[in-house]
Amino acid sequence: MDDVATVRAKVYDELLTPALHPETLALHPEKVGTPPGKAPPLNASLAEALSVVLLLAVLACAVIRPWGWPEAVVAVPAAGVVIATGSISLSHAAAEAARLGPVIGFLAAVLVLAQLCDDEGLFHACGAWMARRAAGRPRRLLVLVFVAASLITAVLSLDATVVLLTPVVFATAARLGARAKPHVYACTHLSNTASLLLPVSNLTNLLAFAASGLSFTRFAALMVLPWLVAIGAEYLVIRRFFATDLDAGAEAPPADEPRELPLFALLTVAGTLAGFVLTSALGINPAWAAAAGAAVLAARALAQRRTTPTAIVRAAALPFCAFVLALGIVVRAVVDNGLGAALGHLVPGGTGLPALLALAALAAVLANVINNLPAVLVLLPLTAPTGPGAVLAVLLGVNIGPNLTYAGSLATLLWRRIVREHDTDVELGEFTRLGLFAVPAALLLSVVALWVSLQAIGG
Amino acid sequence: MTVIVWIVEGTWPACVDAARTHAPADADLVLLHVTGHEVPGAAHGAYAGLLGRARPDRDPGTAVEHLAAASAEQLLAGAAERLGRPCTRQERSGRVEREVVAAAEGADLLILARDGDRTHLGPRSLGPASRFIVDHAPCPVLLVWPETAPSTVNIPPPPPHPPHHR
Repeated sequence: MDDVATVRAKVYDELLTPALHPETLALHPEKVGTPPGKAPPLNASLAEALSVVLLLAVLACAVIRPWGWPEAVVAVPAAGVVIATGSISLSHAAAEAARLGPVIGFLAAVLVLAQLCDDEGLFHACGAWMARRAAGRPRRLLVLVFVAASLITAVLSLDATVVLLTPVVFATAARLGARAKPHVYACTHLSNTASLLLPVSNLTNLLAFAASGLSFTRFAALMVLPWLVAIGAEYLVIRRFFATDLDAGAEAPPADEPRELPLFALLTVAGTLAGFVLTSALGINPAWAAAAGAAVLAARALAQRRTTPTAIVRAAALPFCAFVLALGIVVRAVVDNGLGAALGHLVPGGTGLPALLALAALAAVLANVINNLPAVLVLLPLTAPTGPGAVLAVLLGVNIGPNLTYAGSLATLLWRRIVREHDTDVELGEFTRLGLFAVPAALLLSVVALWVSLQAIGG
Repeated sequence: MTVIVWIVEGTWPACVDAARTHAPADADLVLLHVTGHEVPGAAHGAYAGLLGRARPDRDPGTAVEHLAAASAEQLLAGAAERLGRPCTRQERSGRVEREVVAAAEGADLLILARDGDRTHLGPRSLGPASRFIVDHAPCPVLLVWPETAPSTVNIPPPPPHPPHHR
């Protein structure tokens, strides 16, 4: 594994064209000439300035969403501009697209899979199961919410937990007559913290998975201990933080509902998980397993006329996929043109415990400033050469870190404060206080757990 | 005479029972429920944290808002049924403790339940919201235990007398 990673890292380094690499420029200023037959490349600082401005524009539009445009409306032309001006060479852009393509396909397949599971009634059944097992006891409900949210996030990605599970959890708590706050907050926290386990759990993981050179099963083996430890830390913090609400009890008697078991959806998800292991053993991209799972559910839903091809395409979130690809290209231009060299000094090398802690902390801070998606895109090329341990430490930071600010980042938070899009914004105090307890504890313990895993299994 | 009964998930039956026992027969009873902004807000925030999803119609916060409104209505209906007397239902939204204080303006009695750590007697048996309301209510307050009131046997012995100073 180490060898694969090192070779990849070398390839990555060599991909940095000498004409644009800032260090090469400093050493060989004569190289800044016009290659025969090509458009004049921008000088590195100009190219960096342009790429940074475009990146900021892309991120600003993703947060602000002027006139309700999809994020891709700004991101795709911005990627076109960095390519057209030579801020990133065509071969670099193509390499980045080739790297991101399978990742995005994987993402789309998982999004479709989660939506079809919802159509099959999986999430509704999950709510009924939680209500039945909780038996009117809020603390027991919290345990069940932790189990459900952790598994759903790990297998069907954090989008499924945020979009599909959160309303179900609220409805379940309300049906039991319990206070919903601890359970909903647990759900939002776990959509981040519990997204450590599998490459499919989070888009950041998919990106890191592609960069780390790890196999699917090895990724999961290294992350299972940090995943469990982070969830455990969240559980203790949330249980204590909301002790009052959990003590209040739940008055409503559980309604007798017919037990429902969406067997087909459950079997398909189990089959998809088995497919991940199998494809990874055979050296095939596990995205195919996700695609197969989605295809099975889609075929059944289409045959039973419960969905339409349009709905399935909509579930694949194509504008989002285009946005991720374009963002990746713009970030690559920013990294290549100088940010990589600048941040290179900040990024600690090595995979000792202090280095892993520093990496995770740096990643958590970056994720909190703008968002974890650009943060992971910036940090991956810088940490991939160090090896899988460093990449996974970055993942711990970017996945757990966003719980510190309730909208995932300061930028989003500030913008939401400015526009007050919803008049129901949370009081920042409570959410931030919860984050201040949960994030450092979960991050610290999970990095230690990662270090232990790396010692035991080996990066 | 106007009596406000604050209905909260988990502890409300005790308040309704107290109203049945202690409110005069000719009192105007108001069942008050306040929906906080935090829970839908947390769901909105979690969705906003997912960069690039571009589909405001999928925002779970909106779904939670609708569910919260429905559940508040159901809760008040359940409370009115348990009360078994004519009453008005009032639903408010905002900062819970401040809305309750505002609603109690001009009332003659506010009934609420302890909602803190009730396993230990003492100041912590009032949660932050009820603490604020007890401290700021503009009318008399009837504070009840959600379950049977504890016996006086549980009160710890007084501390030893402080030494006398000359």
